[in-house]
Amino acid sequence: MTVNARPYLEARAQKGLWASSKFMVLRRISQVAFLALFLSGPLFGIWIAKGTLASSMTLGVLPLTDPFIVLQSLAARHWPEALSATGAAIVLVGYLVFGGRTYCSWVCPVNPVTDLAAWLRRRLGITFTAKIRPELRLYFVGAVLAASMLSGSVAWELINPVTALHRALVFGVWFGAGGAVAIFLFDLLVAKHGWCGHLCPVGAFYGQIGRVALLRVTADNRAACNDCMDCFAVCPEPQVISPALKGERTGAGPVITAGDCTVCGACIDVCSKQVFHLGLRSRNAAHPLPSTTAPAPAARVISSQPAVLERDLS
Amino acid sequence: MSDSAKGIPRDPRRRKALQDMTRLGGGAAVAATMLTAFGVSSRARPAQALRPPGALPERDFLAACVRCGLCVRDCPYDTLRLSDWADGPAVGTPFFVARNVPCEMCDNIPCVKACPTGALDHALTDIAKAKMGVAVITSRETCLNLQGLRCDVCYRVCPAIDKAITLELSHNARTTKHAIFEPVVHAEYCTGCGKCEKSCVLTDAAIKVLPIEIAALKQDEHYKRGWEEKKKAGGALVDAPLKLPVRRPEAGGFP
Repeated sequence: MTVNARPYLEARAQKGLWASSKFMVLRRISQVAFLALFLSGPLFGIWIAKGTLASSMTLGVLPLTDPFIVLQSLAARHWPEALSATGAAIVLVGYLVFGGRTYCSWVCPVNPVTDLAAWLRRRLGITFTAKIRPELRLYFVGAVLAASMLSGSVAWELINPVTALHRALVFGVWFGAGGAVAIFLFDLLVAKHGWCGHLCPVGAFYGQIGRVALLRVTADNRAACNDCMDCFAVCPEPQVISPALKGERTGAGPVITAGDCTVCGACIDVCSKQVFHLGLRSRNAAHPLPSTTAPAPAARVISSQPAVLERDLS
Repeated sequence: MSDSAKGIPRDPRRRKALQDMTRLGGGAAVAATMLTAFGVSSRARPAQALRPPGALPERDFLAACVRCGLCVRDCPYDTLRLSDWADGPAVGTPFFVARNVPCEMCDNIPCVKACPTGALDHALTDIAKAKMGVAVITSRETCLNLQGLRCDVCYRVCPAIDKAITLELSHNARTTKHAIFEPVVHAEYCTGCGKCEKSCVLTDAAIKVLPIEIAALKQDEHYKRGWEEKKKAGGALVDAPLKLPVRRPEAGGFP
């Protein structure tokens, strides 16, 4: 498999710098903003959000709690107070609307770390990757809940590098950041998208919300696809693209319905043909207007594609 | 789908799926086992690491605490800290070391109010009823008062002076003409705030606050205190002893 080391160049040349990096920039702003909400208090004495991503209180009125952690607590046979139960419900509803794993790409502090590793991987031409099944993380969700039940503790939080990094940044407990360093090296040298794409049970949990979440990426302009494969090169979950992008031959709609999609928008940025857009799950008619008038040559290209796709995804 | 030589239809995808499930399930089982072992071992914490007021017993606490740090944020005296890898208690959980910064026992108990999960029990509304630990004279050999000197610092700083710590007088057998003012902790009133340990004038404190699990404080169920049972029953539990005739040579008794 040859991967384009600089997949964004074509999009930048055709759409300009902003349109080809918009989502990346917005995501970085979002990630920094979420961190700033927690840091303004300890740094400048202006308290907006207290706590961590595990559970927080914003402006003294809005409780937010990670539902996966509450689930572990329940497995460990602790019935949570109303405050954290309310917080978990708010987060759950929020991600049911805003896309499930949007947590991973827009909020999680580990994301810049793994994005950097993926970018370095492309630029350095590192193609070696350990083969790990992406489903493993779902099994890990089960393992975490089982361990919580058996040990009677919120088990994943004992080692969770995601909240550990957040605690390190917000509370200055620095050893916690060690996990993030390990993830960076793992993603760079051992497995492509190794952590977020294969192992992290937190992302896998939010992925289950993503299976029904409203906000999605849609390949609504898929008729314009020229099979440059750049979206596959930049997507952290490349297995989610083809069912939608190449769905015309199976009668599938253009919306990326897979829960694994983090709605990061990298495919939207990188596509020089503007195939992808943000959209709603409900807009998933198999034959939207543009594709019904798709010219014959595009259809020919699509039919020649499967061999390449399967090789790429294996 | 293809038929094998024996004519049994076999789907190669089925075999692959079963293989995958076994492999992934095996991996997950290993992960679950290791995580369970780690979870169980995380119950151990150093004796000097005390939990905030209202904390559930350690096992229940670890099932309830989500490591959010809200109690730490609302502690006005920076007593509470979140545990880092090298600190000892389960990573990310709140604790304090009395010898460094003791608990100031705020009347409104902001740390408990901040806890979203109930790991710090919201039923605790009177800080005097807190049980963060219990003070113990761990070194009778070095405690100045027990040497017959008058230090009294632990007694003086105790927020529950004359209740949680009292000075008990006894004869100083060494000098034969002085008294020993022994500081005695009464666990019933001790909240485990750690003021005594913090202010002990010795390089190594002679009085230390220990977590309840270590200090015990729980009487075995099978030891019944006769005098308490008698009170509860409102009278003697056994029949009064038999009145036996006095068998003495003379009724008048000894001279």
